[in-house]
Amino acid sequence: MIDWTAHLPILPVLLPSLTAIVLLLIGDHGGDTQGGHGHRRLLWARRISLGSLALGLLLAVRMVLDADGGALRVYRVGDWPAPYGIVLVLDRLGALMLLLTALVALPVLWYACGGWDAHGRYFHAIFQFQLMGLAGAFVTGDLFNLFVFFEVLLIASYVLAVHGLGGERLRVGVHYVVMNLTASALFLIGMALLYAGTGTLNLADLALRVPRVAGPDAALVQAAAMLLLVVFGFKAALLPLSMWLPATYAAASAPVAALFAIMTKVGVYAILRVHGVVFGADAGDSAFAAAPVLLPLALATCVAGALGALAAQTLQRLVAWLTVASVGTVLAALGLFSSAAWGAGLYYMAHSTLVVAGLFLLTELVAAQRGDAADRLVSASPVAQPALLGLMLLLGAASVAGLPPLSGFIGKLLILQASSAHALHATVWAVVLGAGFLSLLGLARAGSVLFWNVNLAQLPRGASGASPSLVAAALWLLGGGVLMSLLAAPIQRYTADAAAQLLDRAAYARAVLGPQGEASESTRPYRGTSGSGGAR
Amino acid sequence: MPSMEFLLATGIGWVVAVGIYLLLRGRTFTVVLGLSLIGYAVNVFIFAAGRLWSGTPPILGGAGVLADPLPQALVLTAIVIGFATTGFVIELALRSRHENGSDQVDARPDPPEPRP
Repeated sequence: MIDWTAHLPILPVLLPSLTAIVLLLIGDHGGDTQGGHGHRRLLWARRISLGSLALGLLLAVRMVLDADGGALRVYRVGDWPAPYGIVLVLDRLGALMLLLTALVALPVLWYACGGWDAHGRYFHAIFQFQLMGLAGAFVTGDLFNLFVFFEVLLIASYVLAVHGLGGERLRVGVHYVVMNLTASALFLIGMALLYAGTGTLNLADLALRVPRVAGPDAALVQAAAMLLLVVFGFKAALLPLSMWLPATYAAASAPVAALFAIMTKVGVYAILRVHGVVFGADAGDSAFAAAPVLLPLALATCVAGALGALAAQTLQRLVAWLTVASVGTVLAALGLFSSAAWGAGLYYMAHSTLVVAGLFLLTELVAAQRGDAADRLVSASPVAQPALLGLMLLLGAASVAGLPPLSGFIGKLLILQASSAHALHATVWAVVLGAGFLSLLGLARAGSVLFWNVNLAQLPRGASGASPSLVAAALWLLGGGVLMSLLAAPIQRYTADAAAQLLDRAAYARAVLGPQGEASESTRPYRGTSGSGGAR
Repeated sequence: MPSMEFLLATGIGWVVAVGIYLLLRGRTFTVVLGLSLIGYAVNVFIFAAGRLWSGTPPILGGAGVLADPLPQALVLTAIVIGFATTGFVIELALRSRHENGSDQVDARPDPPEPRP
């Protein structure tokens, strides 16, 4: 009997990839333009996909419990020794992200099974590949491997973004793909520079070697750090690079937009791993390479997101701008570069991901009952279920704007408390609170137009309400935010521990590289074994 | 006689410059060409991250100097991924042209051809 827990870190990658392969083998409804509703193969695909996600959720819970013990679980793929082979590392942060992914993905897929998955081909298989890329990005301990999983999740997201087709989706899809490919090229350049400067791409090894780089090489390594900040900032929608997000998310189908709520967090995660830890306090000449720009840009992102939410013409675009605002808040917490702020930021990130994903689903439920007006913020016929949907929107709005006693308030409060030691704390307070107020205004405007500014002469179109299973999916996500405020103490303790664990670079290096990792003699960056024969 | 480093660096810079120019054009076809050129330049750049060697194999066990094998392995992966994504973006651009009736990147309808 082998000990399966030894293979725990690779299971969240294997499970969706095997499921996706099975789903591809089953095939789907065969490109029927009328959609595949009720098609036998689609029904099987739904069962398998949902079953796999439920298993993934259990696995993620198991991993969080495992990681909460404080031990790092290191998985050497192919049993190659650490800095040379690829390692997967499961720590508190990685397990938290995996659990968050599973918690968002399951209701989103449930929602998609309500009909969206029949509007195109291979939705379930692509969905699983997306989850595989996300899981891989969260467990990998190697920068190049991170790039590979970024590409896996991106190429799946390209297909999902245009799921359902239509001119607008394809128009925005081309922009999204081209910009992401450009960002990937920058990722490779930054990574190659980092390799040239340090001779390694293993994150634990990088954390040891970046401090030793001095002089002109340090400038190269810092340039690499800033290039990577551009790339990760693009994925996370940091301000000058955030304009793609509202367009893409507003054009995507509702379940895809909801799933993408977790995708921007991959950028946040990568910034934390690379700029927070590798280029953190102990990085010698390159310490805090990203600090001078990260906090101001994050605060600007927050303001831009809130203003965009005020100006939005449709509910889906409004929610997309709220995504930008929440990412700005999380990145501001990261930019404070302290353990307490990171813990608070992680708590806020978990909350905002759940709530924003729920709002994306809710948007479509509302739009479906408003006839031709859909989710445009104009006066139209009343919705069939004003009380239910209105209360759900109120719940989501109060959570995302940060009203007590909901989790958004707790997250923001923790971030504000953590900022008190920072030089810019007054600005942080003003921006975070001001952006929360503006988001609330935008949502109040949207809610009033959608539910109160109605033309009562017109009867509700489609007297039947939303399907209970679709409402349940949105409620799961919005209720997750409420649950996070009920369980605030244990979750907050977990995220604080996760942040503290990130800062313990020595323990991370010991776990990944072995006890002699710190002291190992090395010829890296490699400059040849003898003076003759090389071009140098 | 310019050094190998100089030739490689200016070569990469030139290809990237051309790639950026093409990337900023208005039609999807030139944008894809620009992406491909930038991809090529990046691949050579990764290769150069292991420093430049001439006449040295990346194989342990031979006599003398070895070239760094890792960037050569990395570049293979980058090439494969770049190839796949280029294929995808071409297909997407074709589909967008089909649905929107225009191959402008922002899907604006083409201006009417000036009559000769």
